[in-house]
Amino acid sequence: MTSHFLLLILFSFFVSLVFSVLLRDEPREQVRTGAMMFGGFIATAIVLGWLMYPFPL
Amino acid sequence: MRYDSKEDMTTKSTTAEGPRAAAEPGVLVLLCLAAWLVPGAGHFWMGRRQKAIVFLLALPAMFLIGLLLNGRVFPFELSDPLVGLAAVADLLAGTPWIIARMMDAGAGKVTAATYEYGNCFLIVSGLLNFLVILDAYDIALGRK
Repeated sequence: MTSHFLLLILFSFFVSLVFSVLLRDEPREQVRTGAMMFGGFIATAIVLGWLMYPFPL
Repeated sequence: MRYDSKEDMTTKSTTAEGPRAAAEPGVLVLLCLAAWLVPGAGHFWMGRRQKAIVFLLALPAMFLIGLLLNGRVFPFELSDPLVGLAAVADLLAGTPWIIARMMDAGAGKVTAATYEYGNCFLIVSGLLNFLVILDAYDIALGRK
């Protein structure tokens, strides 16, 4: 399993899950917070990935 | 605007009061130890079973994925501070870390494409468990 994107999704899922359960008490709020956090992780990674694209390592 | 300190204090004292069954120092230490050993055990103890089950499943799963991705369970090397800090973060995962150390798992394969991902999963698993321990501690003190 070497897909960077898949690993990013997996990592984001677990971290969002733990944080949402930790921070919120109501199941509805947990789902909402978790979904927002998960989306934020993915969107930020994609945006930062494209911003770094022109720079050589 | 008039600031009513008496009202504010009343509100604070109301929020601070909660179940303080585990407020004794000895019980708190036991609670934190249990929460470290088994992710979610502290929440289970405090009656937050739904949360406990999520932590029990998610955190060891993250640690296991980290190992499968050829991550390294870092040794305690004080000469290299970053390695030492990573070792502390790994240790915070609790039982998964103990099992990994007993089985000599987590040697890490630097040449693997997923090595850094593996480290990330292992370290974050431990750090998240630390947050879970602190949350259980706060619940026990009646702060949440």
